Amino acid sequence: MSGVRVLVGTRKGAFLLTSDGKRERWDVSGPHFAGWEIYHLKASPVNPDRLYASQSSGWFGQLIQRSNDGGQTWEPVGNKFVYDGVPGTHQWYDGTPHPWEFKRVWHLEPSRDDAETVYAGVEDAALFRSTDGAQTWHELSGLREHGTGPHWQPGAGGMCLHTILLDPKDPARIFVAISAAGTFRSDDGGKTWKPTNRGLRSEFIPNPTAEVGHCVHRIAMHRSRPNVLFMQKHWDVMRSDDAGESWREVSGNLPTDFGFPIDVHAHEPETIYVVPIKSDSEHYPPEGKLRVYRSKTGGNEWEALTKGLPQENCYVNVLRDAMAVDSLDSCGVYFGTTGGQVYASADAGDNWAPIVRDLSAVLSVEVQTLQ
Amino acid sequence: MIRIILPPHLRALAHVDGEVQLNLTGEITLRAVLDALEQNYPMLRGTIRDQVTQKRRPFIRFFASENDLSHSSPDEPLPEAVVRATEPLLVVGAIAGG
Repeated sequence: MSGVRVLVGTRKGAFLLTSDGKRERWDVSGPHFAGWEIYHLKASPVNPDRLYASQSSGWFGQLIQRSNDGGQTWEPVGNKFVYDGVPGTHQWYDGTPHPWEFKRVWHLEPSRDDAETVYAGVEDAALFRSTDGAQTWHELSGLREHGTGPHWQPGAGGMCLHTILLDPKDPARIFVAISAAGTFRSDDGGKTWKPTNRGLRSEFIPNPTAEVGHCVHRIAMHRSRPNVLFMQKHWDVMRSDDAGESWREVSGNLPTDFGFPIDVHAHEPETIYVVPIKSDSEHYPPEGKLRVYRSKTGGNEWEALTKGLPQENCYVNVLRDAMAVDSLDSCGVYFGTTGGQVYASADAGDNWAPIVRDLSAVLSVEVQTLQ
Repeated sequence: MIRIILPPHLRALAHVDGEVQLNLTGEITLRAVLDALEQNYPMLRGTIRDQVTQKRRPFIRFFASENDLSHSSPDEPLPEAVVRATEPLLVVGAIAGG
């Protein structure tokens, strides 16, 4: 029988939430790695029992954990992330040069066709790859060294490479996103890269349409159309129909176009989800109402999804990696909040219910659809 | 034999209860002890000191015999009480955060 396993990373550990295909009753496992920040967990699409987790701490640094039994047991694997060559400098918040320093792994993206290959997006922004099940890591330094790196600068959360999209049709094509640099694409398996930010406009940088410097919060694609990308930028929800060559705004009637996550329905490539958030510094839902917004037209026309979500006195945030969809016939949508709730909808967002209410702040949510 | 007391999170990571005890030969320095510790417990690599620079992580301190060794050279001999195992080497995480 089919089911789902939701992988939740929080400020104080990891949790695995499992259910059958009805997604009504949930079993909660955790905390795994209690007391550690778990920025991200993700399963191999090739081997659903192979999970990777990013475990970190301000005291003890970065660890990578690996499971071969669906998260029942874990083993620490390689945690040596060394930049290729002399890493040089990027810009600090005030525009002065600042040396590249490894801080943590924000995102792990297992290969679509090899369970031993996994990519890591790190802070300070760079892309690493392991081909031995995360035992050893090597930087794909063509990204950091393609030319614009010295002009990148951190967003408020740090200069992180937070999104890695592997093209399901073209194994040589990889998209990444960096705050606050923008999106980049490789067409040769990660050797060479180019910025793909044409059409983005960011009023908070000296040249609002600069080649890099845009605070991209998240990008997403549907597996059937990898040339169509959706983006939640710091402000603006954007869309590209040409693999990032150009972008156009599709914020439409959203109450605010600021937010962090964006995701695509598993079966409807034009159905997308965002969680509008009030900014500048508030970073909570407008009017204290937690609303997911869904567009069935690939943007511009949005509807608020509120059933089962708090519609008063709600001041949580939903972080960039904290939304995911399953691929059951009725697409499930999931997101976690900084208040420790993980909400699930088994009907594409029409109705919501919390799976758990009282975890630590949720940093990431991923979903496995299990057969 | 050298006795080492790790912070609780690192004991859990290394699957050890109580003290770690290591048999070392040669001059007993902080570097020699940490090298042996990481050799015996490879999951601790990078958690106490940087894997490339070998620098102590900022929120880690080393104490022994009521002395703070955090800022001493890692190549200085450890106190005699640690070498004779009458005192442990303490690896301490800074008390901070929530």
